Amino acid sequence: MEKFARLTALVAPLDRANVDTDAIIPKQFLKSIQRTGFGPYLFDEWRYLDVGQPGQDCSNRPVNPEFVLNQPRYQGARILLARENFGCGSSREHAPWALKDYGFDVIIAPSFAEIFFNNCFKNGILPVVLPDETVDQLFREVAEQEGYMLTVDLAAQTLTKPNGEVIAFEVDPFRRHCLLEGLDDIGLTLQHADEIRAYEARRKQEAPWLFVHLKEVAEKYNQV
Amino acid sequence: MAGKTLYDKLWDEHVVRQEEDGTTLIYIDRHLLHEVTSPQAFEGLRLAGRKPWRVDANLATPDHNVPTTELKGGPETIEDPISRIQVLTLDKNAQEFGILEFKMGDPRQGIVHVVGPEEGATLPGMTVVCGDSHTSTHGALGCLAHGIGTSEVEHVLATQCLIQKKMKNMLIKVDGQLQPGVGPKDVILYIIRNIGTAGGTGYAIEFGGQVFRDMSIEGRMTVCNMAIEAGARAGMVAVDEKTIEYVKGRPFAPTGELWEKAVAHWQTLHSDPDAEFDVVIEFDGSQIEPQVSWGTSPEMVIDISGGIPDPDQESDPVKASSMRRALEYMGLKAGMKATEMPVDYVFIGSCTNSRIEDLRAAAEVVKGRKVSDRVEQALVVPGSGLVKRQAEAEGLDEVFKAAGFEWRNPGCSMCLAMNADRLPPQKHCASTSNRNFEGRQGAGGRTHLVSPQMAAAAAIAGHFVDVREYL
Ligand code: SF4
Repeated sequence: MEKFARLTALVAPLDRANVDTDAIIPKQFLKSIQRTGFGPYLFDEWRYLDVGQPGQDCSNRPVNPEFVLNQPRYQGARILLARENFGCGSSREHAPWALKDYGFDVIIAPSFAEIFFNNCFKNGILPVVLPDETVDQLFREVAEQEGYMLTVDLAAQTLTKPNGEVIAFEVDPFRRHCLLEGLDDIGLTLQHADEIRAYEARRKQEAPWLFVHLKEVAEKYNQV
Repeated sequence: MAGKTLYDKLWDEHVVRQEEDGTTLIYIDRHLLHEVTSPQAFEGLRLAGRKPWRVDANLATPDHNVPTTELKGGPETIEDPISRIQVLTLDKNAQEFGILEFKMGDPRQGIVHVVGPEEGATLPGMTVVCGDSHTSTHGALGCLAHGIGTSEVEHVLATQCLIQKKMKNMLIKVDGQLQPGVGPKDVILYIIRNIGTAGGTGYAIEFGGQVFRDMSIEGRMTVCNMAIEAGARAGMVAVDEKTIEYVKGRPFAPTGELWEKAVAHWQTLHSDPDAEFDVVIEFDGSQIEPQVSWGTSPEMVIDISGGIPDPDQESDPVKASSMRRALEYMGLKAGMKATEMPVDYVFIGSCTNSRIEDLRAAAEVVKGRKVSDRVEQALVVPGSGLVKRQAEAEGLDEVFKAAGFEWRNPGCSMCLAMNADRLPPQKHCASTSNRNFEGRQGAGGRTHLVSPQMAAAAAIAGHFVDVREYL
């Protein structure tokens, strides 16, 4: 994973609560067996007037001019400003893949659905939780000022507004470390392989029924 | 020191190591896989040259994309090319890595959350994960079970562990006795309607109280299934005699001496009397009526005797605007009675309500009656091949068919319409599934979440109706 660097970028506002992962990336796109290429279909049902299909070329599709991401002033945005419970619904990781592929590196909201929140970190997206009032204020400022940019400094855990005002945010230290260093979770966990083996050895004594070999049992079962 | 909650116990038993900041490596006993969220995880393993840590802990079955009409053969006969590729990819990955798979056409194939408990692949006290948010279902057996993303699927495959932080403890206690005609689905819809779709965020929910003690294991699965719709990744119910009875004799359950040992341990899987929960929410079960959703969020739910709320009366502007958007999408008006909402399609199925008890409950309402002429299609989709077989042995298929329902093969089907079963735009569907988001059952489709009995009654009436009038 790439290291998460300090960035200054345009903010796009998505003023809806409970945006679910079905809305972020509709289910027909789940049929892909790859991780990339979902960006053109991000928010597909809101963004286009027709129904998108996986693999379709989106350059000629009728766009919904009302939808915020289609407005010229928000082109190139890398920070998404959202409302409460963002990312609820299905656990599909295609949602952060689509957001990232589209170009979003940061999502700001008063709250996130948990699985989505986790999935963001694993895909190099920083989800920032801010109090309701702060988010409200940001929505107002973004609406008022075209070209509104924020500077996101993960190391310092701050957002800086165009007027220089600084907003501090909290982030789990471990996740921050992983994002900043671009660390891969699996590699990190495998550093503790001995501990996992020791745990397994102990559990095999305590609770041996947890270690049935599914495939072998199934084969035996098939014969009777 | 205060006692432990069920969640505390399950958590503590699975800690491999813990960092000072609370980041914990927890061990995963059972990993379930389906075709939609696993291909990229296997691809990741391959790219990194990694092998599964413990092949024997994994169980795979295709469910989201499988056709539910008469099978013409294996996955190579699936018409939609992309669905076909996903199912074939799962077959290929399971084969390559040596993972047990119940393939299309195998009587044990079905929706992964129906198959796991049915086979005894999920057992009390286990940690169970799957790249699917409704993994919470398995918590009904006294497991710690929750959904994970695809990166985590890869992580579990490679390490048999997950990196987690402990959640907080919530107890939802429903006492009293349910009225006849009111079932597990009504209970969970009622809870979500009251605590909201983010009410459980950050918590592991234990469902306790008389109502859940009285409830069957399958009923508890329906409830735990929708913990995620209440915002909680994991829902669970303490182990009791019913749990143990349910598990007994299942293919992967222990036997003989091991069984005795396991049971002795399982009997400790309940919250201690002096356990402290961060939050306790109580409801009176006797007050719950049959429920039906009117909007596009699982908290937009009303009593069948009630009416659609008016956004103008809602003080929270964000809520009011979601309500207005939902009314417009659903083509409904504030003030309309629940029983005035029309029904064009009926879907009885999904990991929430496709088990044998669900089918029995629906069949009881349907028996000797006919699906209304207004209804364009009424589907019954059993949760697994074994559920289907059992239902046929009991003659339930005949009851449904005689009434005008279609009797299908197992799979996720119209729950999310990844296969060919889709709800057309603007059609109202009485659905026993768990999500009523925009477009969930098909682009533009209008979902109303209900219990199997309520779906059956709606099919007969051609509009939503109080099932108690049909009992
Ligand atoms: S039945 Fe529906 S909710 Fe359940 S696993 Fe399948 S698609 Fe998901």
